[in-house]
Amino acid sequence: MSKRVVHYINQFFANIGGEEMAHIEPELREGIVGPGMALNAAWKGEAEIVNTIVCGDSYFAEHEAEAKEKILNWVKEIKPDFFIAGPAFNAGRYGYACANICVAVQELGIPVLTGMYQENPGADYKEKILIVATRDSAAGMRQAAPTMAKLALKIMNGEKLGASCEDGYMNNGIRVNFFEKERGAKRAVDMLINKLNGKPFVTEYPMPSFDRVAPNHAIKDLSKATIALCTSGGIVPKGNPDHIESSSASHYGEYNIAGVDDLTSETFETAHGGYDPIYANEDPDRVLPVDVMRDLEKEGKIGKLHDYYYATVGNGTAVASAKKFAAEYAQKLLAAGVDAVIMTST
Amino acid sequence: MVKEIERAGIPVVHMCTVTPISMTVGANRIVPTIAIPHPLGNPALSPEEEKKLRRHLVERALEALTTEVEDQTIFEVK
Repeated sequence: MSKRVVHYINQFFANIGGEEMAHIEPELREGIVGPGMALNAAWKGEAEIVNTIVCGDSYFAEHEAEAKEKILNWVKEIKPDFFIAGPAFNAGRYGYACANICVAVQELGIPVLTGMYQENPGADYKEKILIVATRDSAAGMRQAAPTMAKLALKIMNGEKLGASCEDGYMNNGIRVNFFEKERGAKRAVDMLINKLNGKPFVTEYPMPSFDRVAPNHAIKDLSKATIALCTSGGIVPKGNPDHIESSSASHYGEYNIAGVDDLTSETFETAHGGYDPIYANEDPDRVLPVDVMRDLEKEGKIGKLHDYYYATVGNGTAVASAKKFAAEYAQKLLAAGVDAVIMTST
Repeated sequence: MVKEIERAGIPVVHMCTVTPISMTVGANRIVPTIAIPHPLGNPALSPEEEKKLRRHLVERALEALTTEVEDQTIFEVK
């Protein structure tokens, strides 16, 4: 018996209309609509789209709870073997809808798959659900549909997934141990030779991707500004009262420096591993310039040095942890009326 | 961390030695410093000279904070 699949698409791919029809509520249709044809054809009878759910992109974005409830109720009734959404390419709201409805359906215990361009905001969910990487426009349908169909069938048949680069899905953060055919030194040298010769090569250790935040406006009048110091260099009161780890820090510290004119080897130290701590322990101002900031404050060059500084150890600390620390203490800085921050790193 | 501070709406300057890392993590205002174990100091100098150097670097960071930037900018220290 062939597997039963429900397909989710938006108003555009259902041929209802573009932006002017993006407000339409979810509707349930029998059988295949639009891009489902290509998926269905690729399954050659092994799986079949039994229903297509169509929803306007704006409707989903603006009425997420209602849209989800309606769609989930249909899915619960249909009890499909698989749920597939999109592909959404670089359509932001569509990608967001595909990813979100997939997350919700997956919670019902039904396997899901969607596809979109890597910069689609919906791609942020790539660690929660499987997302096939597609091109940025519908011109990529010809490649996307077979890749999605093949991967979907693999999942429906309970086959083991290949690596993300083999099966075409976005890296979902799961690592699997395996034996390489060639040892590391040879692979590294081969990679280097390819690089030097301008030939293509694939890194085995891709750097995490980082998002960007636009710069804030400059400070107009320093003499009225409250400036805070922060550091990833591990400067802490002597004895490291919060036990900040010397590497892979799990937390940050908030320390009061009101009335402190100078950090000395008697009062402060670094908790940071991975660099020679002698210089920072000798004079912690070499990492956190409290002495100079205090002088500038006394001279009226800056309005005030904020009473608290925030410190953690950057050594091997996960980006996700650092992000969490700073997101938290940034709110404290905001609440305290801090105008600008000097962050020092070792 | 600089990015989360920036995201919260507070202008921030990153003082660090390995500026390419600062570029990668997305700092917008960057001031290069002396060395990894002593970014804002130089143990080879006398304490007075060293503090002068530190003040010079911090003043550059304050300049960065008072300068409008459109994109990631490294404020070289003269």
